[in-house]
Parts: sequence; C-alpha cells; structure tokens
Amino acid sequence: MRSERRFVWLMLAPALLYVAGFFAYPIVKNVVMGFQDYSITTFYTGEAPWVGLANYAQVFASRVFSVAVVNTAVFTVVSISLQFAIGLALAVFFHRKFPLSVALRSLLLLPWLLPLLASTAVWRWILDQDSGILNQALGFFHLTSSAIPWLSSPSFAMISLIAVKVWVAVPFNLAILYGGLQGIPGELYEAASIDGASPGQAFRFITLPLLRPVIGVVIVLGIIYTLESLDIILGLTGGGPANSTDTLSTLSYLESFERYSFGTGAAISNIIIVVSMIFTFIYLRIDRRPAQ
Amino acid sequence: MSTIVSAASRRARRPRYLSTAFGILVVVIMLFPVYWMVNASLQRGGSAIGSTLIPINLSWSGYEAALREQGQNLVTSIIVSAGTVAFTLLISVPAAYILAKFVRRGTSIFILALLVAQMVPGIVLANALYSVYSSLGILNSIPGLILADASRCIPFSIILLRAFMLALPSELLEAARIDGASHFRAFRSIALPLSQNAIITAGLFSFLFTWGDFIFAVTLTTTADVRPITLGIYNYLAAQQQEWGPVMATSVIAALPAMIILMAAQRYITAGSLSGALK
Repeated sequence: MRSERRFVWLMLAPALLYVAGFFAYPIVKNVVMGFQDYSITTFYTGEAPWVGLANYAQVFASRVFSVAVVNTAVFTVVSISLQFAIGLALAVFFHRKFPLSVALRSLLLLPWLLPLLASTAVWRWILDQDSGILNQALGFFHLTSSAIPWLSSPSFAMISLIAVKVWVAVPFNLAILYGGLQGIPGELYEAASIDGASPGQAFRFITLPLLRPVIGVVIVLGIIYTLESLDIILGLTGGGPANSTDTLSTLSYLESFERYSFGTGAAISNIIIVVSMIFTFIYLRIDRRPAQ
Repeated sequence: MSTIVSAASRRARRPRYLSTAFGILVVVIMLFPVYWMVNASLQRGGSAIGSTLIPINLSWSGYEAALREQGQNLVTSIIVSAGTVAFTLLISVPAAYILAKFVRRGTSIFILALLVAQMVPGIVLANALYSVYSSLGILNSIPGLILADASRCIPFSIILLRAFMLALPSELLEAARIDGASHFRAFRSIALPLSQNAIITAGLFSFLFTWGDFIFAVTLTTTADVRPITLGIYNYLAAQQQEWGPVMATSVIAALPAMIILMAAQRYITAGSLSGALK
C-alpha cells in the first residue's frame, strides 16, 4: 500500500507543481502587481511601491479604457453571433450526408489549425487599400467608386477585424456543433416526420433543445477565446487607427510590454480575468449538465 | 415497385449533387485566403498590382528571402514546439493515468482546476511570467518558452488523456500486478501502449498550439536571439513591409505543419477537437 502511495505521488507531483507554478502563482502575482507601482525601474531596484487602488483609478479614468470596453463588447458580441450562426448553418448542412461531404468538412478545419499570425498576414494583404485583392475585385466589378480603407479607417477597421475573426472561428463552431448533431438519435426525426412535422419544426423542437448543452459550450468558449484574442488584432491593426480596434487585451499588452507599466497592465488583465472567470463558471455549469 | 424506388432515388440524388456543389463553393470561399497565400508566395516581388490570380511566372525568390531572413526563427520554432510536446507528454501522461485509475477523492477538484486553468488568458500569464523570467534570467531562452507554451497544452492534454484512460480495462492492470509487475511496469507496458492514439492526439495538438503561439513569443523574448516564426511574421507586418513575397512565403512555411497534419493525421485531429472541447 505504501508503494502505491509513493507511485501515485511520483506520477502526479510534476503536474501539481506545474499547475502551482504556472497558473496559481501567476494569477496571485498578477493580483498583487495590480496594487503596485511595477515599472521598468522595478527590474533594477527590485522595489515595487504599494499604491493601493491607484492603478485601477488611473485605468478607469482614461478615455481609451472606456473605448476599449465598448470595442471589446462589440467585437465579442458581433463575432460570436456571426460565427455561431454560420457554424450552425454549415453543421446542419454537412449533417445531411452527400458525396464528398466528409472530405469537404475536414478541409474546412484548416483555417482553425493555421497559426493565427500566418492567417493575419494574408488577410492584411487581401485587405490592403491600394493593392489588396478585395479592393481590386470590387473595383473590377464596379461595386465601389473608390478603394475602401479596410484597415486604415476607424469606421472600417472593426468590421474587417470581425470578418477575419469569424473566418478563423467558423471551423471550430462547425466541428463542435457537427459533433453535437451526430449525438442526436435519428429515430427522433423519423418519428417526427411520421407525425407530420416539417423540417423547420423538427429543427426547432428536436435539434435546438437537444443541442442546447453543446450550443452553450461553443458560445461560452467562443466568448473566452475572443476576450483574450491578441494575435489577430495586433497583426491586423495594432489596435488602431485611433484606438478603433483596441480591446482590453491589446490595452493590457500595450501598458505592460510597450510602456513597461506592469502595474496598470496587471490591473487591466485582472479585469479580463474576472470577466473570463464569470464565463468559465457559466461554462462549467453547462458542461456538468449531461446531454440527454 | 421498382419504378417507385428509382423515382425516389432519382429525386434524392439530384439535391445531393446540388449539396456537393454548394459544399465545394463553401470550401472555395473559406480556403481562398490560403490559396492566395500560396499563390502570392510563388510570385516575384509580390507588389500586388503585378501579381496574377495563378502563379504564371513562377518564382522562388520569396522562399529564398524567407529562408534567408527567417531560417533561424524556423529552427527556433521547431525546437520549441518539439520540446513543448515532449515536456507536455512527460507531465500529462502520468498525471492522467493516476487521475483515471488511482485517485478517487480530489480528482474532480483537480480536473476543475485544470478546466479553469485552460481559460486563463495568455496575457495574464505573460504579464506575471515576464517579471519572474526576468529575475530568473530565462527571458529570451528556449527552456523559458517551452515552460510557458506548455501552459496552453498541459491542462488540455491531461483532460483529454484522462477521459481516454478511464476506459482502460482495470482487470488487465490488476492481472499484471498479480503476476508480480510493479505499478510502474503495469503503466509502461500496458497502459501506455493501449493509450497510444490518445497520446498522439494530445501530442499533435500541443505541437499546433505551440507552433502558432504568439503571445508568449512576443512578451517573453526581447532580442532576435530566440524568436519563433510567428514573431518573424509579426515583425514583417509591423515594419509595413511592401514586399509581400517573403511575408507570404514565411506564412506558407508557418502553415505547413497544420496542412500536413490535417492531411496525414486527420482522425487524430477530429477526435481531439471534439473531446478537447466537450471532454
């Protein structure tokens, strides 16, 4: 029995140590840093004076912060709605088997598996005002009178960012929702069609209710991934022009790693973590309710 | 009877081919950016005005420039990704086995902690790790990046592997013990071979997560010594590069592992994408 206990601890200890060192400690450290004047001089002197709530006061008082909050909300809500709607439509479409459906569905996974920076690079070029293929195509078909500044105008930058985000996330939504659809027993649809239900009614009264746990999971995971997305924003617009695509993530990055003001950076990332945790708990609640 | 059947199947078949046509259209639209990346990488200069819809004047100059400027970063990415996969599996496989087969009390708390850990935004970890790394002197180091990148892989892998290992036949493991095998031996010669597929899935996803990492690359490196390929692309973008050939060639090289894995190891990916999210 003693040998078993030793075996258990030896096998489990590395994972426990890692979780303590790379999750528990950074979270605690971040909370503490949020109350400190933690700047570049801290790295030389080792001193980070306690400043109470000053970092938070400074963050909340800045105009850019409220812009970023609104941007984060718009970015999250619009891209989640679109990626979910498109992903669900495609999942239902691919669920009716047809020639090549399996091969085509797996090809669609590709945008999700690519490194985000590689995808961002090609979108930067597609959306380029002067030489991008999108404006060239629009001009060729005389759909626009002048080249649209997709990334360099505050009014278009958010639209472009959302479009790229949706492109990246649709494959993930499709894969998970497709998996959920496969878990619904086919007899239910047969019974419904014998009872004279239309396909629309079958979708509303069978598919949607039975898919609910899976829908909850994709939406909440989508929200968390969107809240923390940094790669595509920094790569596409860098948060600009004129802060029009700055979100809480980019702001936190900017404070810590470009201004070296780690205290305010930590304050912003603590706000992000609170929001993420709220959605994480929603996720755990859904996850625990087993699909029937 | 036969006429009814053939009429029905004819009716069924036509929309089926329409579905295929629509499916192909969706794939063409969704994969156009990938095509455009490959197309542009094969054309000279890549000043967009002169480029064509298909690479008529094939040129490898983009790749030559990419390998010249990004070759070292590519090697860094390969080492960091391979190292992270090894480190992740070394930690996750034993832990998953214990959580699946030995520990009853406390298991659900640890799994819950891992689920929460998976949701912690990268920027939060990076913010705290920067100062720790700075005082330990492991900024700009390959081990530093491996340790940080593993944070995206270890929770996912333990959850995935444990779910798989719950189904390992306990009788087999007990039989080995009765025959005098140690706990470790039962793990190594029975549990490991039987879990091979799940281990491959965890390894492939860890590789892809790390290969695509940007947040730790951009925050935990400050010099050009250790610079993953994603950061190389970012630096091109930040420099407002007007020569798109090398940028696109670098992007294609960065995209290769995902393309190869999707073609060669697709069943592992589909299995992982589902169990990873739905557990």
